[in-house]
Amino acid sequence: MRTMDVAITGIGVMAPGGAGREAFWDCIVSGRTATRRVTHFDPAGYRCQVAAEIDFDPAAHGLTPQQARRMDRAAQLAVVATDEALADSGFDTGGTDPGRIAVTVGNAVGCTTGLEEEYRVLSDDGRQWAVDHTFAVPQLYNYLVPSSIATEVAWRAGAEGPVSVVSSGCTSGIDALGYAAGLLAEGSADAVVAGSADAPISPITMACFDAIKATSTYNDDPQQACRPFDRSRRGLVLGEGAAMFVLEDTGRARRRGARVYARILGYATRANAFHMTGLRPDGREMAEAITAAMDQAELGPQDLDYVNAHGSGTKQNDRHETAAVKTSLGNRAFELPMSSIKSMVGHSLGAIGSIEVAACALAVERGAVPPTANLHERDPECDLDYVPLTAREQKVRAALSVGSGFGGFQSAIVVAAPGEAAA
Amino acid sequence: MSDAHRTEDSAGAPAAVFTGIGVTAPNGLGTEEWWSATLAGKSGIDFVSGFDARSYPAQLAGEVRDFDAGAYLSPRIVVETSKMSHFALAATAMALDDAAVDLTRIPEYERAVITANASGGAEFGQRELQKLWRGGPRDVSPYMSIAWFYAATTGQISIGHEMRGPCGVVVSEQAGGLDALGQARRVVRGGARLAVTGGTDSSLSPAGYVSQLPTGHLTTVTDPARAYLPFDAAASGFVPGEGGAILVMENGTTARERGISDPYGELAGYAAAFDPRPGSTRPPALARCIRAALDDARLRPEEIGVVFADGHGTAELDRQEARALAEVFGPRGVPVTVPKTMTGRLYAGAGALDAAGALLALRDQVVPPTVHVTGPAPGHGLDLVLDQPRELPLRTAMVVARGHGGFNAVTVVRRAR
Repeated sequence: MRTMDVAITGIGVMAPGGAGREAFWDCIVSGRTATRRVTHFDPAGYRCQVAAEIDFDPAAHGLTPQQARRMDRAAQLAVVATDEALADSGFDTGGTDPGRIAVTVGNAVGCTTGLEEEYRVLSDDGRQWAVDHTFAVPQLYNYLVPSSIATEVAWRAGAEGPVSVVSSGCTSGIDALGYAAGLLAEGSADAVVAGSADAPISPITMACFDAIKATSTYNDDPQQACRPFDRSRRGLVLGEGAAMFVLEDTGRARRRGARVYARILGYATRANAFHMTGLRPDGREMAEAITAAMDQAELGPQDLDYVNAHGSGTKQNDRHETAAVKTSLGNRAFELPMSSIKSMVGHSLGAIGSIEVAACALAVERGAVPPTANLHERDPECDLDYVPLTAREQKVRAALSVGSGFGGFQSAIVVAAPGEAAA
Repeated sequence: MSDAHRTEDSAGAPAAVFTGIGVTAPNGLGTEEWWSATLAGKSGIDFVSGFDARSYPAQLAGEVRDFDAGAYLSPRIVVETSKMSHFALAATAMALDDAAVDLTRIPEYERAVITANASGGAEFGQRELQKLWRGGPRDVSPYMSIAWFYAATTGQISIGHEMRGPCGVVVSEQAGGLDALGQARRVVRGGARLAVTGGTDSSLSPAGYVSQLPTGHLTTVTDPARAYLPFDAAASGFVPGEGGAILVMENGTTARERGISDPYGELAGYAAAFDPRPGSTRPPALARCIRAALDDARLRPEEIGVVFADGHGTAELDRQEARALAEVFGPRGVPVTVPKTMTGRLYAGAGALDAAGALLALRDQVVPPTVHVTGPAPGHGLDLVLDQPRELPLRTAMVVARGHGGFNAVTVVRRAR
């Protein structure tokens, strides 16, 4: 029997290019990019002035004025995606012991948007180091601690089981699902509302990425600013968003007659212990994570039909990842389609891992793989099939999604069709 | 129960044993220094010295003073990381030294790091925000991107000690320190031989401190000896602190194989639960969480020797916790202590530091005191260990941690022999 067999029974997505799961799928299979000149603030003076933003009105998605005020944008996105996932799953939260419902939310940079806005007022735009406490707003502490995002999701879902945020930087969106799968496997919950959210398109986070020259400088060509695996790539483009899932033990989901999009069968994370932001070109630790996740899933390279790449579009990542996939999957790496949806929806840090798993689950369910947009001329050192420009209709029995992040963390997760590879 | 060193837990999985402890706390730097100070009832709570808090309604903190990061870390790492990571990296070095482990003898993918964090590198973040808004984006340090975020500490520990196994970060405010231990046990059960775990925090910058004022939970009392009085009739809120503890957890079997015959103890039980949403008529989750941790450890309430309580220091949360303890253990059914009366609340550092205290209590057969509390609120029904340590035979200890927003975590540690 497998040590991990988790059914995805509900999916909610808030991603650039259109709100909701279906708008997201439509965006990525059409190859449309949602990157644009930043509108959340005036980016003049920034090295990178491009991001993948969501046009989002909290009220239109059912948040009351007080809810919208007390939540940072990351929490708002998480809650809206949670609502969609719960409704989609048919899971009856009211008919379940609340203590058996858990919540795990991945997130990398917390509530920085709200925190920065309030910091500007408290400090009068940095004029005061000893900030003025009389300007502290009621929701300020929620912005300081990202655990507030999990609190909001738990309240939405009526969850009273284990609740936490998993914050391992840019692999958080995968790691949160691995954590949730662990809760199900050990019997700590019957269902986990799991996924991730981040809203990093704020001056301080854009400045952070400017400072390390990680973001793209194609400011004059925003829609083609993120070019994973392309010879002309210049870096990542920040995004924002959330993807939330209802996860249940597969046997239990089947017994309640739930529609199962796909099953999570394997997960692993490893660290390169090399550099907080640098990657070794050989991708050794990512290869190790992939191998461990595949072993847990009891699948071999021939069982995979799709790889969802980290594909951030930085020079070092795309080579590192290409090497890792070749090392771990051998010759199969050359036969597999492997694409980066970050080319279209940007890199939403802690959120993107879950958004990419949503893409994998929908690819499995719908028999299509999304393309890598903006890929016109492959980097000679990136010699795999990256599905340039156009989606492909094809059966996907199982998909692998990988992530790589600051801290040196490398994560891999395996998603398989409900009827495939039965244990 | 056998007296032999248990290498398996009650469910048959390899036991997760603690073999090293490192502490950076407001009332003591270094494990033994902190423990002696704690048993002596020495408090680290005082007026904020790191910045000018005189205009704020709350003015106290548990600061880790006389901490020289350069004594533990290279000059480069001191500059590239924030205070929360300085504390963690120093405590990690102490804990690994204490565990006397040769990491090169453990396969690199079987060395894990799981830490908790609550509020990121507040001081580092405030400094860079100030540069951005006074100057411009070009003034922001390239280290901001790697220093302030919640995963910074785990990443730096991984790099500093070549830990290539599962690495993770749990955020559940003050419950996080225990959730990290629970997750560390999962990765040990999943194949890691050793996990560096625990948590440290520091939100003590002006912006970090002021961000906490709107909760109304910080005490405005300015007498350091009368400010943070959990379970006292005069409870007025808590004092924030910084620092925490890092622990080395190992697979009990492989720890024994490398010659560890007498670890500090075993993580025998762990559970997490979340409170009902505001306005619900359902009861708080803590009693259920305590029972779940006992079930996980396969222990009965009467087998618990001492409880290190969360001790929020506000009337309602104190009442909730006291009620949960009385419900499970009976009125005055178990000795209860709150040594964090000497440090303030350390957020992600709190659960880890209390776990360190619980392990040392098992080692020395003594319960550390709860200082400053002189008038326990009537009706709580707690057997509080007040101003003097209490010597008694101890085989097990429970640690409770609760986080703002509804988080509850409970662990049980058990002597290994």
